[in-house]
Amino acid sequence: MQSYLDQLIQDGAFAGVPREVVYAIAMVLTALVVLSVFVAPLAGVTSWLERRVWARMQSRVGPNRVGPQGILQWLADGIKNIMKEDIIPAAADQKLFPLAPYIVFMGFLCSFVVIPFGGNLIVADLNIGILYLLAVTSLVVVGILMAGWASNNKWSLLGGMRSAAQIVSYEIPAGLSILTVVFLAGTLSMQGIIKAQGWAPWDWFMFHNPFTFCAFFLFFTAALAEGNRTPFDIPEAESELVAGYVTEYSGMRFLFFFFAEWGNLYVIGSVATTLFMGGWQVPPVTDNAVLLGILQFVTFFLKAYFWVFVAMWVRATLPRVRVDQLMALCWKYMVPLSFICMLGTIGFMFMSDQGRRIFGALTLGFAIATIINFFRRVGFQFRQAKPELYLKPHI
Amino acid sequence: MGAVTNYIKDITAAVASTFEGMSITFSHLARRPMTIQYPDKIPVPIQETLPHRYRGILEVDLDICTGCLACERDCPITCITIGIDMNKETKQRYFTHFDIDVCKCMYCGLCSEACPTGAIRHSQEFEGASYNPAGLVRHFAPQAQNLYKPKKGGETEPKLIAKVDIGMKYLDEFATPDGGGAAEKE
Repeated sequence: MQSYLDQLIQDGAFAGVPREVVYAIAMVLTALVVLSVFVAPLAGVTSWLERRVWARMQSRVGPNRVGPQGILQWLADGIKNIMKEDIIPAAADQKLFPLAPYIVFMGFLCSFVVIPFGGNLIVADLNIGILYLLAVTSLVVVGILMAGWASNNKWSLLGGMRSAAQIVSYEIPAGLSILTVVFLAGTLSMQGIIKAQGWAPWDWFMFHNPFTFCAFFLFFTAALAEGNRTPFDIPEAESELVAGYVTEYSGMRFLFFFFAEWGNLYVIGSVATTLFMGGWQVPPVTDNAVLLGILQFVTFFLKAYFWVFVAMWVRATLPRVRVDQLMALCWKYMVPLSFICMLGTIGFMFMSDQGRRIFGALTLGFAIATIINFFRRVGFQFRQAKPELYLKPHI
Repeated sequence: MGAVTNYIKDITAAVASTFEGMSITFSHLARRPMTIQYPDKIPVPIQETLPHRYRGILEVDLDICTGCLACERDCPITCITIGIDMNKETKQRYFTHFDIDVCKCMYCGLCSEACPTGAIRHSQEFEGASYNPAGLVRHFAPQAQNLYKPKKGGETEPKLIAKVDIGMKYLDEFATPDGGGAAEKE
C-alpha cells in the first residue's frame, strides 16, 4: 500500500502536494473503503446469520421477513436504530458518554489494518503486526470501562469493571498462545507468519505439534472471552446487570457496541486463521495474479468465517459462566496450560525435523479422529431424538 | 497427587461435556424447526388445529336461544347485553338486540355453562383485531328475531334439530364445569 503510494508520488501524480497530506488522504480513504465495503456489511450479515444459526439450533426459524429469508434484516435494524432518539441521561458524563462507543469501535476497526485478506491484500504489513493487533483490541476495554463509568449507573459500572477484569485476564493466555506461533514463525508480521506455513493442513502451525494444537483452542477460547461473547459475556449478563455497560445507551450509539461485537467475531476468526491455519495459502494451481488473489481471498474468508460459525455455535451451546468461574477458568486452567504449551513448543523447536513431523502427523491424525468421532456423536444424538431429517436452511 | 488428578479430570470433563453439547446443538441443524409460521405459511388454518375446548370469541346461535337471560346475569363483567321486546298483537317475544362486547369479555366461559340450550358458546375464533373498539362489539341480532321456544317431546323441524343437537353436544362436552362429558368419553 505504502510502496504503491510512493510510486505514485514519484511519478508526480499528485503535482507537488506534500507527502504527508497524500498519506493522510490515503489513510482516510482506505479506512472508509474498508469500513463501508467490507466491515459494515460483514458485521451486519454476521448478525443476521448468527440469529438464523442460533434459531435453527434452538428449533426456531429466526428472522425471515425482510428480504429473501431475512437477509436484509441487518439493514432494517440499522435504519431503525439510526432513526431512534439518541438519549444521553442527564446524570451521565456529558463528554465521555457519547465518546465511549467510538473508542470501542475504533479498537475493533483498527485491527483491520493488519488483517491479511490475501497475498497482497493487506492495508499495512507491519513488522509488529500481531503485537499491534493485541494492542488495539485492548483499546476496546478502555471504551467499555468508559461507557460503564460515564453512564453513572451501578449496573453499567459493574459491567464495565467486569469487562476490564475479564479482558485483562484473558490477554495473558491469548498472548502466550500467540507466542507459540511467534516462536515457530520467528516473526510478528502477519504476512510473515502466513508465509511460514503452507497450504496443506500438515504445514499449518495448528498441526505443528500437540502443544500448538492445544494453544489454538486456548487462543480461541481466550479470544471469545476478550470479545465478550457467550459463554463469557458476563459484562452484559442480563439476568444480573440488565445490559451491563450498554444499559443507558440507545439508538446508533447502542448499535455501535454490537457492530463492534459482531465485527470482532470476524477479527477473531481471521487472527485464528492467520496464526494457526495457514491464512490465505492456496495450492499452486494458477499463475494468473488476479485469479490467485481472488482464490486467496476466498480461502482466507472461508477459513475465518468457519471460526465465526464456531463462535455462534458455542454461543448456542454453552450457558453463561459465573464471574468466579470465569476468573478460575482463566487463572487456574488457561494460564498454566498456555505456559505449558509455550514451553512444549520451545522443546519441539529443539527436536529434529524428522521427529517433529511424526508428532505433527499424530496431531493431525488425532484431529481427524476427533472430527470423525464428532460426526458419529452427532448421528447418535440425531437418531436418539428420532426427528425427521430436514436439511433445508428455511421452512 | 489427588489434586493433580482432580485438575486433569476437571479439564477432561470440561472438554468432553463441551464436545458432547456441541454435537447436540449441531444435530439440531438437521431437524425441522418447531415454529408454526402464523399467519401465512401454514398448511391448514390455525383455527382447525385448536383443541375442541378452546375458549375463543363467543358466538351465539340465535335460532335456539330461548332468551332466558341466564348468560347476561352470569357474566361477571356484563359484556353481554340482550334486549327483548314483545309484539302486542301476536304476543310473540323477539330480540331487539343481542350484543357481546369482545373487548370486555375475559373468556371465563360462565355464560356458556349457564346456557340451557348451548346457544352461546366459545368458537375457535381468536383473531379479533380491529381499528375501532366499537368494531369489536358483535351484534348477533341485526334485525328483530323471534325467541326459540322448546317444544314438548323434542324438536320436529329438521333444520332446528341439527342446531339443538350441536348445542346439547357442546353443553355435554365442553361447558360442564368439570369438563365431565369429554373426560368420561376419554
